Amino acid sequence: MAQTSIALPKIKEPSNLKNWLGVSPFFLFAIMFILFPSLYLVEGSFFNQEGQFTLQNYVELLQTPSIVNAYKLSIQISAATAIGGGIFGFLLAYSITVGGLPRQLRSALITFSGVASNFAGVPLAFAFIATLGRRGFVTLLLKDNLNIDLYQAGFDLYTFWGLTAIYMFFQFPLMVLVMVPALDGLKREWREAAENLGATYFQYWTRVAMPILLPSILGSMILLFGNAFGAYATAYALTGGRLGIITIQIGAQIRGDVLHNPGLGYAMAMGMVIIMAISLVGYSWLQKVSERWLR
Amino acid sequence: MASKGLRKVVAMSDTSFDVSVGQGAPGKKRWSLLRIGGRFWSWVWFILGAIYFLVPLFATLRHSLRMERDVLGFKAYERAFEDPSFLETFLLSNALAVATIICSAILIVPTAYWIRLRLPQARRIAEFITLLPFVIPAIILVFGLIRTYSTHFTIPFTDIELFQPLTTTKFGTYALITAGYMVLAMPYMYRSVDTGMRVVDIRTLTEAAQSLGAGWFTIITQVILPNVRSALLSGALLTFAIVVGEVTLASFLGVDAFGPYLFLIGQHKAYEPAALSFVTFLLTWIAMGMIQFVTGGQGQATGAH
Repeated sequence: MAQTSIALPKIKEPSNLKNWLGVSPFFLFAIMFILFPSLYLVEGSFFNQEGQFTLQNYVELLQTPSIVNAYKLSIQISAATAIGGGIFGFLLAYSITVGGLPRQLRSALITFSGVASNFAGVPLAFAFIATLGRRGFVTLLLKDNLNIDLYQAGFDLYTFWGLTAIYMFFQFPLMVLVMVPALDGLKREWREAAENLGATYFQYWTRVAMPILLPSILGSMILLFGNAFGAYATAYALTGGRLGIITIQIGAQIRGDVLHNPGLGYAMAMGMVIIMAISLVGYSWLQKVSERWLR
Repeated sequence: MASKGLRKVVAMSDTSFDVSVGQGAPGKKRWSLLRIGGRFWSWVWFILGAIYFLVPLFATLRHSLRMERDVLGFKAYERAFEDPSFLETFLLSNALAVATIICSAILIVPTAYWIRLRLPQARRIAEFITLLPFVIPAIILVFGLIRTYSTHFTIPFTDIELFQPLTTTKFGTYALITAGYMVLAMPYMYRSVDTGMRVVDIRTLTEAAQSLGAGWFTIITQVILPNVRSALLSGALLTFAIVVGEVTLASFLGVDAFGPYLFLIGQHKAYEPAALSFVTFLLTWIAMGMIQFVTGGQGQATGAH
């Protein structure tokens, strides 16, 4: 991406400083509304209520069971929907690219994926209450026709599995959107070469296609993980703040210092930023690896 | 047309394959068999995906039509639209979306242009900045914004005061939430505009305009902007889809936008929320459909939750 513009011959520059001045509004905006707010959270996490520098907030963070459990639950839900949504999204992307489905279905699915991956928050929660809630359409359908009572069987929309089912609605479409270009990048020559050398279709997939796609698949799953990990509105609309995932805990802390220690709240936020940053680094690295073959 | 052409290419490559390998190639039969099997599974995945997409929407629609006993009707929609708060909050959200889009365009188009033209060394850092909103989810962003701008604004780690709290005035709050939305939309806007600039030769365009005596303002508004129109529009539509239903920033900053309103009626009413959810879905669909239309299927991206 970057090479194209660097390779161009440089126009004679009036002065370097003047060039940087041209982008200063953008950087100023980023400093004001991304950097400063983040720094304020960092700053807050390192001070106690008396205004002294301390690491106590982070120690307390790891020792408060409710917070540790919130992180755990968030990570579990995000990982489950990233893996589940990733696999299902990949299979869907496969079916509309190399899977041999008619082209019209491909554009229909891509448009729909764009819609679904952006259809989140309150309306999504309501849609699933109407579907899988206690009096939801599917719940009643299964109960009346097949005599399967989901809620008797232990399912509850307002718990881990319910939220996982809801998140899947925007997770696997996102996977479709990021995997379709990667699958399109599989060159016909590779398949033909494998075929001509006598490989079976299975061998082609395990020895050629999968190794090429794997970094891209894993990277996309990390993207999905981050996508679910940072989600707040859907879970809040669904449970009104009862399900203890980390974003809801942070929300409660913003509304009214439920932890009775602002510093701990900031440390909690920083913990989230750190997890998100780690996943972004992993994503960028895998993206770079996959670009070796897929452009 | 395109699909026919493609099928022809596929057919041609299959015959050439026959020639090159000849009869009795061991792998061949298995490949074609598996491909038919593959197509069967493709259909299975596709249908499962379609069910997952469509059933919740159908359930929402069905629920929204059942406000009156034993008849299907649009009563819930009537009731929802009648509420004056609906119109108020919905218009406010639209106004915020438009403000976000305009401010983002003013900020991002010249920046992306300048970086491509004169400052390629700033490219990496600009890309890094546009990735930051992925690391800082909305809930963290609003946390930071509240801590930074609801008190007297000082430079972090110092006591140097720059300005008064923003959240005490209505205009200040709107400005703050617009800035927050600009941050949320930045990855999509920047990437979309930057990709748009890659396909047009901005260097030649700039030189041509300069040799005709155009100034920078004219170049950006009259030459560059029209050339990245469709990229900008697709970024704008995505921003619209993100902002109109946004809840997190709006509820924590205390802005009476459509998202918090929808949440509120969800607590008190049974059928209207389903109706408005379905309307929101249609709006998202329209925005995404228009993106497909203006970019010719190249501009898919996705927003924050």
